[in-house]
Amino acid sequence: MADQVYFEDVNVGDEIPQLVKNCTTQQLVMWAAGSGDMYQIHYDKDFAAGNNLPGVIVHGALKNAFLGQLLHDWLGEKGQIKKYSCQYRGMDVPGQDIICRGVITEKSQDGGKNVVQLDIWTEKEGGEKTSPGKATVYLPSRG
Amino acid sequence: MTEESIITDEMRTVIGKDGEPQTIEVDKTAIRWFARAVGHTDLVFYDEEYAKSKGHRSIIAPPGFLGHAIHTPGNPTNIVGNSIKRPPAIPGLGLMRLLNGGTEFEYYGEDICGGDVLKSVTKIADLRERTGALGKMLILTTEANLYNKEGKLVATERGTGIMY
Repeated sequence: MADQVYFEDVNVGDEIPQLVKNCTTQQLVMWAAGSGDMYQIHYDKDFAAGNNLPGVIVHGALKNAFLGQLLHDWLGEKGQIKKYSCQYRGMDVPGQDIICRGVITEKSQDGGKNVVQLDIWTEKEGGEKTSPGKATVYLPSRG
Repeated sequence: MTEESIITDEMRTVIGKDGEPQTIEVDKTAIRWFARAVGHTDLVFYDEEYAKSKGHRSIIAPPGFLGHAIHTPGNPTNIVGNSIKRPPAIPGLGLMRLLNGGTEFEYYGEDICGGDVLKSVTKIADLRERTGALGKMLILTTEANLYNKEGKLVATERGTGIMY
């Protein structure tokens, strides 16, 4: 885990450390079991082809969980996720990079909390954003 | 040209209504499965002693994990019974195919830990329609609120479903 990040150390426009994922089909099966989403388009190639898909596709909710990891790993022990979201705009497939990114859009204080807003998203190699979203987190203060 | 709405007055009556409460188990094996499937490396999701050394009651639920529903314990053949959400049924709904449009999680500062049993109550927050590449689509927004055993709100999951 990286060193603790503090409110004073971040600025609007900063990008947080990227998290790069590349799913195997095995990982999609693990996610099906872990999440309880047994829809066959995520692990059965013939079933997926029958639904006019190029092959099995990565679960949207797994990309949401990747963004959760992106935030968790950045926030360290003393930071806290208040809220995070993403929309599922584009498909991702096994064997290709899913790059998870976040950029700080706003800093404020609210009732003693150090609030940081971010744009978060997953993108493919080449930059197409497949799961754009937003996050609100609390950071500790050095003070 | 006027197009007929796919949302009937009858369907509108469910907007804002709560579905049946569900019991949700946040068990440790499920937390570890979820964390491993994502690829989490923080031991706070895996190792009980480590989590306690960091001030938690037990291993904690990773972002986006709120446990599994146990709403059909009497039905061993139900393999799709894990959803934490059970919104009220929409009367007269003719569209059957569903795409997941998006998800939002909100937390309220309380740890959600292995061993917790939560209560989830889901309502249909909104129904909208749109015509797109898939024809007429119904955009369904749900809001699931999860409460701990003291009755305190610990998390909200807002979901967007696209039915076509």
